[in-house]
Amino acid sequence: MLAVRDVVVRFGSRTVLDQVCLTVDREEVVALQGPSGSGKSTLLRVIAGLLPPDAGTVHLDGRDVTRLPPHRRGIGLVFQDDQLFPHLDVEANVAFGLRMQRMPAAARRTRVDELLALVGLDGFGSRSVTSLSGGEAKRIALARSLAPAPPLLLLDEPLTGLDAALHDRLATDLARVLRATGTTALVVTHDVAEAGAIADRVVALDDLAPGAT
Amino acid sequence: MVGRVDPDRPALTRFPAGIALPVATRVALVVVPLGFLATFYVWPFLSLVAEVVDGSTIADTLGRAGLGRVLWFTFWQAVLSTAATLVVGLGPAYLVARWEFPGRRLLTALLTVPFLLPTVVVGAAFIALLPDSLETSAFAIVVAHVFFNVAVVVRVVGGVWSQLPADLVAAARVLGAGPWRATREVTLPLLRPALVAAGSIAFLFTFTSFGVVQILGGPTRVTIEVEIARRATQLGDVGGAAVLSLLQLALLAIVVGITVRTQRRASVSIGLHAQTSPRPRTLRTRLAVATGAVTVAALVAAPLAALAVSSVRPGGKWSLTAWRTFGDAPVRPGADLAIDAVGAIVASLRAAALATVLAVAIGTLAALAISSTRRGGRLLDVGSMLPLGTSAVTIGFGMLITFDRAPVDWRGEPWLVAVGHALVAVPFVVRAILPVLRARPVGWREAAATLGAPPLRAWWEIDVRLLRRPVLVGACFAAAVSLGEFGATTFLSRTGHETLPVVIARLLGRAGDVPRAQASALAVVLAAVTTVVLVGVELLDRPTDRGGDRARRP
Repeated sequence: MLAVRDVVVRFGSRTVLDQVCLTVDREEVVALQGPSGSGKSTLLRVIAGLLPPDAGTVHLDGRDVTRLPPHRRGIGLVFQDDQLFPHLDVEANVAFGLRMQRMPAAARRTRVDELLALVGLDGFGSRSVTSLSGGEAKRIALARSLAPAPPLLLLDEPLTGLDAALHDRLATDLARVLRATGTTALVVTHDVAEAGAIADRVVALDDLAPGAT
Repeated sequence: MVGRVDPDRPALTRFPAGIALPVATRVALVVVPLGFLATFYVWPFLSLVAEVVDGSTIADTLGRAGLGRVLWFTFWQAVLSTAATLVVGLGPAYLVARWEFPGRRLLTALLTVPFLLPTVVVGAAFIALLPDSLETSAFAIVVAHVFFNVAVVVRVVGGVWSQLPADLVAAARVLGAGPWRATREVTLPLLRPALVAAGSIAFLFTFTSFGVVQILGGPTRVTIEVEIARRATQLGDVGGAAVLSLLQLALLAIVVGITVRTQRRASVSIGLHAQTSPRPRTLRTRLAVATGAVTVAALVAAPLAALAVSSVRPGGKWSLTAWRTFGDAPVRPGADLAIDAVGAIVASLRAAALATVLAVAIGTLAALAISSTRRGGRLLDVGSMLPLGTSAVTIGFGMLITFDRAPVDWRGEPWLVAVGHALVAVPFVVRAILPVLRARPVGWREAAATLGAPPLRAWWEIDVRLLRRPVLVGACFAAAVSLGEFGATTFLSRTGHETLPVVIARLLGRAGDVPRAQASALAVVLAAVTTVVLVGVELLDRPTDRGGDRARRP
């Protein structure tokens, strides 16, 4: 499904990713674990197409997508800080990717309702995104990324910054939603327990570079 | 661009080709506003310089005896006006910043109105309000300037004041400071940067004030700005006027330089957050807040009320003559100025419409360019602000001497007035839009890209759509600026196409009760139209977090 080969990213003289390799199989949920600042988010941005690597390739279903701009990769990304569009309400946020796919309005509405139900926020469609709590915003961000049914979903620290009770509840929900939708997912987290709770397989970023093995 | 490593920029803003806007779009964004500024600002400015390269003009103008007096008056009236504005403005700023009471929004709006009222309206209002002996005096000028600029203090100082954590003062109180002591030792030092900022704005405005001084100054109290106009339009001394324009620009540059340095030094870093202000609870505070609010409202309303009254009371007798004779122009024998009131209203509205369209188009493109391109953006960032730092008289004068020969002989064109207005209004449009664009994190566009939006589409969906509200706010400002613009219009308006402010000023300059009442009547009309436009700003210019966006969904 996803194959990352020998990806190198340097910022100035600092090498953030050094020949990183990683594969994720279809419908597999992989947690990418590592300490803060180890380059996990950078790797996600490379896979999503937001950051061109200095060397290496990214393949999706056997196709080389390294040079493809993000909007043509069809990869979903849940940002660490949600990045909900403040000028759009919840429904319009979730429907954004569907509009990009030119889905007709009626079908869009059905799909949005479906997703809001999936993340447990039925009836939130007309709410302003600035009125959402941290947990709600996170769920909407997840719904928005899932709406276009991306073959691969990337999640950047999806549970960071939530209080303990909410964190555990959302971790369970996240695992359920990913399984229910059969989504292939790569989850970045610095929390070992969280990684185990959500993912089929946990890999440490340190183990992905050739120097580590 | 792809994969280029720039160690000076944070890693996450390194856009791959797929997210950055296409080069052609970026170039177009920069070229149009830059072309407008180059044609109507830079070129006239260079013409002004060319006008004075000859050294004897400079020597002649600077050597003239009256110049010292003009400079001195310009300075001291500006200093006095600024100081008075700061002192007077603190009260209302405190009231609307620190107390929650019914009508607070209304009072804030009311306090803002004078700032964008046309200068001639304010001039006419104070002529109506003040007794005959004070009508033209330094006192009248200073009071009118205070009336004008109190809004700056309320907005700038009040804005910071409303966000000062209440607990800072509470901490001082717990440590034993009385209310005055706490204000002096904690509040005022924290407000100092805001006070400096408000003071500099007020100083710049009063230093280059034209309409107010022209109307309330009389023949003897002349500022640089008024002197430029007098030389250019009455004495035909184009070279002298050009020298004075450049002298004024140089002085302004010095003042701005000092201001920026002071501001940098005065800045204190504090965590500002929106605070909820208390409602007055005890009877005493309630009375105090109510008295304060009513007094402030009355003081703001008084000149405007006096204006309205004077329009129906020519020569001390109630009469509707001024309003009834609106359409026909009573030309007295020997008076060479025919006044066409209805024509002036039409001309004003036309100029405002065109100026608004132009200013919004140029200002929006400029703001988008500033926020999405690097080198061109930086150039425009400074360039689009230049008209704000240049006096309107200088702008009008420069355009007048530039566009007077083929193939750019546009002096007779009515649209040239609108272009002048647009130039003055562009900074307002840019400043209305830019904060919104700057506040949007890069991540939004990235989020759009990962959801399948191509660069242009993402830009359209995020940047452009975010702009609807600030663009409307900018449009309202532009319309208000155009309606009241007097300095540049003095030079650019042609016989038969005079706008309201020009006609009002002319009527005020004529003897007799009826012309004066007519001036008041027209000023009332102008004030009313401007107020309607400004109420639009106040209604639109609210934070988006009220959940009120639902209705705007397509």
